[in-house]
Amino acid sequence: MDVVSRTWTWLSTGSHWTGAEGVWHRLGQHLFLTVACLLISCAVALPVAVLLGHLGRGGALAVNISNAGRAVPTFAVLVLLLLSPLGTHGSWPTVIALVLFAIPPLLTNAYVGMREVDRGVVEAARGMGMTGRQIVARVELPLAFPFIVTGIRSAAVQVVATTTLAALPGGGGLGRIITAGFRLTDTAQVVAGALLVAVLALLVEGAFVLAQRGLDPLRRRRGRPDGMEYA
Amino acid sequence: MAANGNCLISNDWICGEYVRTRGQELTDAVLQHIGITVASVVLGLLVALPLALLARRWRSVAGPVLGLTTVLYTVPSLAMFSLLVPVFGLSAAVVVTGLVLYSLTILVRNILAGLAAVPEEAREAARGMGYGPVRLLFGVELPLALPALMAGLRIATVSTVSLTTVGAIIGYGGLGNLIYEGMRSYFKAQVLTASVLCVVLAVGADVLLLLIQRLLTPWTRTRRSAGRRAGRPAGTEAVAA
Repeated sequence: MDVVSRTWTWLSTGSHWTGAEGVWHRLGQHLFLTVACLLISCAVALPVAVLLGHLGRGGALAVNISNAGRAVPTFAVLVLLLLSPLGTHGSWPTVIALVLFAIPPLLTNAYVGMREVDRGVVEAARGMGMTGRQIVARVELPLAFPFIVTGIRSAAVQVVATTTLAALPGGGGLGRIITAGFRLTDTAQVVAGALLVAVLALLVEGAFVLAQRGLDPLRRRRGRPDGMEYA
Repeated sequence: MAANGNCLISNDWICGEYVRTRGQELTDAVLQHIGITVASVVLGLLVALPLALLARRWRSVAGPVLGLTTVLYTVPSLAMFSLLVPVFGLSAAVVVTGLVLYSLTILVRNILAGLAAVPEEAREAARGMGYGPVRLLFGVELPLALPALMAGLRIATVSTVSLTTVGAIIGYGGLGNLIYEGMRSYFKAQVLTASVLCVVLAVGADVLLLLIQRLLTPWTRTRRSAGRRAGRPAGTEAVAA
């Protein structure tokens, strides 16, 4: 196919990788936004989810926030934030949108993970005289670990995707290569940019899968206890 | 009220005049949005069902099918549509195909989970009554798998409504087209109206599917209320209550 060879030519042209519009610079922006927003979202969502899960309150909130996150189009939120007074403040609209869409998977998975902990184990810990804080740190968190990591993984993939979309309203990141390709009607550049984005997303997902396998000996239930719920 | 006619000029977020004068444009966008969503979800279901059946029949198929659909789900929407452009050109087929691929992940998993949850006794009873494999599937197994299937269908539909907006990049995004245009011309009323309509569509589709599910599976109602009393996390059941 002609497109394949032209895409390869685009990718193997050194000048496309350097400079302010180059792949390396865009990749740097993409990674910076992803990591920064993921850290902010974790700092916001995980303590709330762990506390709610420990107390057994706010289950409806945790589930509904996840559904709301699905129903609200990312693209719409990006554009709304851009047109809002925040729009004049550089990357802030993008950062806020990224954090907003990373919170639901983090919150829901961590909450479900905390609730899935065997009540008998928690009661036993309480019977041994552990305080609430000790139960969270030594019993509930270790047992909820796979769910929490799954939440972080979903959030990371979500953030990578949303960062790509942020290129439409003019944000940085690899998505800009795609949008610039469309503006120039350069299909090879569009496909090359899309390939880079897809590879990045898969690498992020893969890294988390490996981390999850490596770090956690308690993987229970086959399949993924994440946003794609079994009924 | 006096500002009613001026809200287009003052570029307000909420503008009745916009809705009144651009009613046709909004209707067209909503219809395109619904068209793309329905086509994607129906096609997704038509592809997911045989895939799920194959995956259930042969374990060796299950791994690659689940793996591939997960990989597809990971690809960001903008990249997915862009990769399909050389295949279909700038047409609605790009958006529909991309959305079908996304919906497969959720649908295949949920159908498999639903079929796996069918009690073996029900199968045995049907076989004892002389049901062949086809009648067993359509008469016993699929009806019993319906709650899981419908839960997946609802998640897939809501995601599809939301992701359709990204199709605006090639001009087939339904309400996303209006958001895209509004972004370029800084037209606040258009962006907000289209965004709100999008959420309304998603919630409406979800409620509609929930009602259909209730009608199709009257026997689950008692079980569901019992489950809630036991204090289990409500999972997908609590959607948009």
